[in-house]
Amino acid sequence: MDWAAIFSLQIVSAIATLVLLSIGLAVVFGMMKIINLAHGEFMMLGGYVAVLATHNLHVPIWISILVLAPLSVGLFGMLVERLLVRHLYGRMVDTMLATWGLSLALTGTATMLFGNTTVGISSPLPGISIGAYQTSGYGLFVIAVAVVVLLGMWALLRFTHFGLCARATMQNAKMAAALGANPGRIYSLTSGLGAALAGLGGAVLAPLTGVIPTLGASYIAKAFITVIGGGSAVITGTLTAASGFGLISQVVTFFSTPVFGEVALLLAAIVLIRVLPQGITGRFFRRAF
Amino acid sequence: MSQLESPMNLLETQGLGVSFGGVHAVKAVDFTLQSGELRCLIGPNGAGKSTFFKMLSGQLKPTRGLCHFKGQRISGLAPHQVARLGIGIKTQAPSVFDGLDVLENLRLAASRLQAPGEARDTAEQTLERIGLTELRSRPVGDLAHGQRQWVELGMILASRPTLVLLDEPAAGMTYQEVRKTAALIKEINAQSTVVVVEHDMEFIRLIAGTVTVFNQGAVLAQGSFAQVTQDPAVREAYLGKQEIKHA
Amino acid sequence: MPVDTRTLLPVLGCVMAAVLVAVLPQWLDLFTLLSLTIYLVMALLALSLAFIWGFGGILCFGQAAFFGLGAYAYAIGVLNIGDSTWPVVLAIAVPALVAAAMGYFMFYGGISDVYLGVITLAVTLILFNVMNSTSGSEYQIGSALLGGFNGIPAIPTLNVPFNPDHVLEPETLFQVIGATLILCYLGLCGLLASRFGKVVVAIRENEQRAGLLGYDTRLHKLIVFSLGGGIAGLAGCLFANWGAFVSPGVFGLAQSAQIIIWVIVGGRGTLFGPILACVGIQALMARLGEQQHVDSGFVLGLILLTFVMLLPRGLLPALSTLATRVVKRRPQATPAQERAL
Repeated sequence: MDWAAIFSLQIVSAIATLVLLSIGLAVVFGMMKIINLAHGEFMMLGGYVAVLATHNLHVPIWISILVLAPLSVGLFGMLVERLLVRHLYGRMVDTMLATWGLSLALTGTATMLFGNTTVGISSPLPGISIGAYQTSGYGLFVIAVAVVVLLGMWALLRFTHFGLCARATMQNAKMAAALGANPGRIYSLTSGLGAALAGLGGAVLAPLTGVIPTLGASYIAKAFITVIGGGSAVITGTLTAASGFGLISQVVTFFSTPVFGEVALLLAAIVLIRVLPQGITGRFFRRAF
Repeated sequence: MSQLESPMNLLETQGLGVSFGGVHAVKAVDFTLQSGELRCLIGPNGAGKSTFFKMLSGQLKPTRGLCHFKGQRISGLAPHQVARLGIGIKTQAPSVFDGLDVLENLRLAASRLQAPGEARDTAEQTLERIGLTELRSRPVGDLAHGQRQWVELGMILASRPTLVLLDEPAAGMTYQEVRKTAALIKEINAQSTVVVVEHDMEFIRLIAGTVTVFNQGAVLAQGSFAQVTQDPAVREAYLGKQEIKHA
Repeated sequence: MPVDTRTLLPVLGCVMAAVLVAVLPQWLDLFTLLSLTIYLVMALLALSLAFIWGFGGILCFGQAAFFGLGAYAYAIGVLNIGDSTWPVVLAIAVPALVAAAMGYFMFYGGISDVYLGVITLAVTLILFNVMNSTSGSEYQIGSALLGGFNGIPAIPTLNVPFNPDHVLEPETLFQVIGATLILCYLGLCGLLASRFGKVVVAIRENEQRAGLLGYDTRLHKLIVFSLGGGIAGLAGCLFANWGAFVSPGVFGLAQSAQIIIWVIVGGRGTLFGPILACVGIQALMARLGEQQHVDSGFVLGLILLTFVMLLPRGLLPALSTLATRVVKRRPQATPAQERAL
């Protein structure tokens, strides 16, 4: 019984991790049809901000993770949009390649600044016992953050003025502009939001993985696959794809090894894209966001 | 008098129709086309003529009914499969190889079924017939809209199809260009059966032939240009329910 | 008969290259020769992507997958068989077949662009993850231990066909690799000049119109993709020969990124440009690797960024347009016909 609880927890945890990994990329893809291959590096930056703020500036860890990281990376994201992405609108492949270049440059910069070693923060939460099993309290925190992020995004899109303008721009940018929504500003804010979410994800996951310049490379593939698999609806797409992939990878991992779990996830992605080329929300849940 | 077997229709549809959700864009059309005809499909906006056309060319899958070409079923086939059966298709927006020059575009069209030497000759001849000889080495993307449409018509000419489907070949053209296009289409008709979807009445008048009028997803009338334009039902469809004031 | 510069230039270039390849080993020291050898191997890899992307319009994010498959196929083959002749064939056939399977899956499913990128990316990652975890002694094919992240060491070098005792010296290996590059280049030039090649370019220009002309676009893309996979596999085989070593890094994202950068910088629509760019960038990376101040990945990223934003058509086409403008003194449109040069 406890075993079942732990197992379910692991699945939910895997899903939550995928959600946090991908939501930033999903925001930018869903709203602006842009694939930002530097997304992994945004997460890496978030991780570094959290570590440096906590260790060097002695900022309380919760503030570093939940406030400083998203804020700083969000601002950086807006800068990137203004300098780079804005010139490549409509050219999806070129944007992918340019952001890939940015990703390599950012990894290189981080290597030059921080060296090739992993830095870590210790997990700020103690372990929790469920029956005879121990689980990480921090793992529960990750799940909580994922839930809050999804709900927050939903509320943002559904109830705020920005959310309304953003949804309108997603559907028909020219019409939204004709009605008064400033597309430049919306894209700017959206990029900032996507980057902030990436920074948050990187910071939240930092105590679990440690931070190293090549961290982005290990994140980007899964994020990319989850977002394309999910389709262009930001919340529903990310949630359904993350759930599907997370479930598959955990179940396979349970019956064999984590490596096979990874492979299973990737194979599932390939099959999904073949069957549903527009992602899950290209066919189902069409009117969701 | 002995019963002559009626010649097989080159193209015929039975109850062909398509619906999008609850909207019946094309209801259930029975349509026949004889070999050698130059048929024009006209109708007011939203009449379904373009949608019907797209079902013929394979760009749209019908939700009901059948379409046969030379006795072979083509409803539901993809455009390239339709093309392979000897049907040349000109899409609504010019679909040409912008990065390649005019001659190369024509040569590619001819090369599928003709040997390289023959294809080259066909391309050269077609180049003359569409009147773009001086532009042979220019990339098609650099040409004016009307010229690009002619390159597309040229490609269709060069591929020597049995049936030609043209979607708005005169769109966006000046009056002079329209006349040249009409002449080109008549030339194409000398070797192939042609179906044209068009809005431009002047253009239709120039190429004559039989006219099929669509309205609200069904065939409203069919006949010569004169017959059809004088049909009160047709005029009502175009002009709405108002008293027809004679000129 | 007037000489056509379009065919003359590549042929002349190849003759010159052939002479160089024959003669250089006598003049250069071993270290320089070995450096040049790896440049040539990578140039072959660049050629494969230049063909499928630059001419075929297929942006494959995972060309390294075929490179790696070729390397591993050769390594496993030669360690088992002892004679290198059949393993070379394997190194070409295995990636080509995998590419054909992938191509069938993707092109006949109507997948293109971004989604093709995702699938090819996923395949590369799968291969990387799988090969990385095969470290135990239970992971072996025949008598070849897969080695996991440690890789497979001590791979026997090519020998004269069916003569396993007569292994090639580094000088001869250089000449063989050089000759392979030249022959593949000429072969692809010829293919692109043929009707098949012209249809492939047409498909890249406008797949819909190519289909409406009756060409089977999916089959053409499948053939192009498989051929590209085979050539990348051959490059992988030669890579395994050069270093006598292969590890899962050959499947890495970094490797795939580099290949794409070579083609972007060299120019899409030319076969020669990416070869030049590949050699140039590799030489640059080698220099950068010798110092500590600037990270080589950083420079690579900057190069990619700059080219995508400012010189999207790459160096060679931009230079050639510039040259044409200067020579002819009037504004020229982009050369309408792709030259295999």
